[in-house]
Amino acid sequence: MLLDQLPTGQRAEIAAIDWSILPPDEGKRLRALGVDEGAIVSIRQRGIFFGRDPIALDIGRMTVAIRRVHARAITLRAPEPAE
Amino acid sequence: MTRHQPLIALVGNPNAGKSALFNALTGARQKIANYPGVTVERKSGRFAFADGRPAELIDLPGSYSLDPTSPDEAVTRDVVVGRQAGERQPDALVIVLDSANLDQHLVFALELLQLGLPTVIALNMVDLAERDGLTLDATRLAADLGVPVIPTVAVRRRGLTELAAALDAVILAKQVPHAPLGEPDMRARRRRAEHIATAAIVSQTQSRRWTDRADALLLHPFAGPLILFALLFVIFQAVFSWATPFADALEAGAGALGEFATAVIPEGFFRSLVVDGAIAGVGSVVVFLPQIVILFFFILMMEATGYMARAAFIMDRLMASVGLSGRSFIPLLSSFACAIPGIMATRSISDEKDRLTTILIAPLMTCSARLPVYTVIIAAFIPEIAVGPGIGLQGLVLFGLYVFGIIGAMVVALVLRSTVAKGGASGFLMEMPKYQMPRLADLALGLWQRAWLFLRRAGTIIFAVTIGLWLLLSYPQVPPGSSMSQSEYSAAGRIAGVLEPVVAPIGFSRDIALALIPAMAAREVAVSALATTYAIDATDEDEQAQALGERLAGRWSLPTALAFLAWFVFAPQCISTIAVTRRETNSWKWPMFMVGYLFGLAWIAAGITFWTATAFGL
Repeated sequence: MLLDQLPTGQRAEIAAIDWSILPPDEGKRLRALGVDEGAIVSIRQRGIFFGRDPIALDIGRMTVAIRRVHARAITLRAPEPAE
Repeated sequence: MTRHQPLIALVGNPNAGKSALFNALTGARQKIANYPGVTVERKSGRFAFADGRPAELIDLPGSYSLDPTSPDEAVTRDVVVGRQAGERQPDALVIVLDSANLDQHLVFALELLQLGLPTVIALNMVDLAERDGLTLDATRLAADLGVPVIPTVAVRRRGLTELAAALDAVILAKQVPHAPLGEPDMRARRRRAEHIATAAIVSQTQSRRWTDRADALLLHPFAGPLILFALLFVIFQAVFSWATPFADALEAGAGALGEFATAVIPEGFFRSLVVDGAIAGVGSVVVFLPQIVILFFFILMMEATGYMARAAFIMDRLMASVGLSGRSFIPLLSSFACAIPGIMATRSISDEKDRLTTILIAPLMTCSARLPVYTVIIAAFIPEIAVGPGIGLQGLVLFGLYVFGIIGAMVVALVLRSTVAKGGASGFLMEMPKYQMPRLADLALGLWQRAWLFLRRAGTIIFAVTIGLWLLLSYPQVPPGSSMSQSEYSAAGRIAGVLEPVVAPIGFSRDIALALIPAMAAREVAVSALATTYAIDATDEDEQAQALGERLAGRWSLPTALAFLAWFVFAPQCISTIAVTRRETNSWKWPMFMVGYLFGLAWIAAGITFWTATAFGL
């Protein structure tokens, strides 16, 4: 599943990121914000009524806004059960 | 032995509460300047250790890493590694961490610790972390990181004494981080940061209750935009109505001062200089201080509470439709107060093309300096009638001018993004901070800094220009019996005569051409220039007592007045804006481009307005 399709409020783990889709600086910023393989994310809110873009993404104790076109570069898997 | 005063840099992620800590440590003793060659603000202040020894504190732009993605972040890196021109390497760092976001903020902290500078960590906003159910072990964190860790609450001034003492100790002992942290890449640092954060967290509940609840409403796909637009409406309402009593008081004050000066100074050159030149000119500008303060009050509030990032989130989609991103919303909103802070705020836009486009359209947002022009002309020419319940025609015209500017900006952005600022679709990646209560003292300090900037401008540029114009208008003096008026005969009148053929087709008289010249210094000067021109021409006491609006109504036709308004929606009537664009784009090419396209648009817009209004027989 791509991050773009994750239902609001559901947690998932980032399995892979296709860095080639992202502009280099955007990839750098994503990594700096902790959006990287292995991170657990969930969608807090989708944007306003037309387009539902961008997405407010929860990662750790932080919220990050990201556009859907970039969210499509991120592949998810179900999170491993908590230890 | 004399030692230089230690230089201490505050550094950390955005939203770590760095500026609040900086304010708490330095009080109002701050100096804002620019780093040479770049456009990043250098905020410095004086700070004293317990025994009174001084140190210089600098507040570096928030960054995520030493691998910069914006000009702001590049300065942070260059300063901490000692490569920034005009700045020595700091003697010590204060790394500011948001306690509630420890694992994220430690990633950058680990990178900074590798620099081997004497360092103290401020574990900031511990109160908010506790509110969100997070308890931290500062001692454990200090042991893992090898540097002192001081829990602080900048806004409540908690932990400041301890922070100062710890800084004093590490600087004296030249104590560098003792645990070598050779983590080469960001992933390794992130893993280590998570490890250290987990060890330091005594207990946590996964809750951000306040922020969660607020976001459910404020980011709601329907309620969110409605709330934002309601807020913007309230802001503009407040700017116009709340400011009125204060503006009236200032106006009355300037009038009384003029009368007093008339009474005590003997008639002649000097009285005219003081009364017609200085007091009338500067006074007509200072009355806009209340509006500027009110607008900045709202902008600072939105920033301090964390709502500004939500506003950018809501606006992103709309901005994307003209090739920009939500990040441009903040600079453009600030530009309604003044394009200068607006253009400076574009530094947080990482995409170069986005940033350039935002700079170029910022002057199209109706800044507060245009308000005096609009207000005077509208009051003189637009009848005060109601077009609907609670909606006056005058207000509607004013609103229309704002909308005209915004639409113009959108169209220009779209054109620029597909021509000179062509580039791939930009991203919108932005951290959305927790909501928090702003501290009144920080707000007051920010307001004071902006009000002071405006007053200094009024006291220097505007003062000098008004005096200069008064001189040009008063000399040479018209010989008795001449059919020409003083303003036509004067040096300024002759200069305007050269300009007249250019602006005559769009309905501008020589008086208007005359007002446009000094208005290049600052738009609001157009009003004082017209006031000065007509005050000098006024022959008898009655005419002198007439308000500027009444004088204009007698001299201008309606199509001319409307064309004048349209001109001011677009015209780049402000040297400061051109100067700041030159600095921010680091070239003469873009400011020249901006001036050219804005004058072109202004001429066309004024022309169309004038010709249309004339054709309709107005």
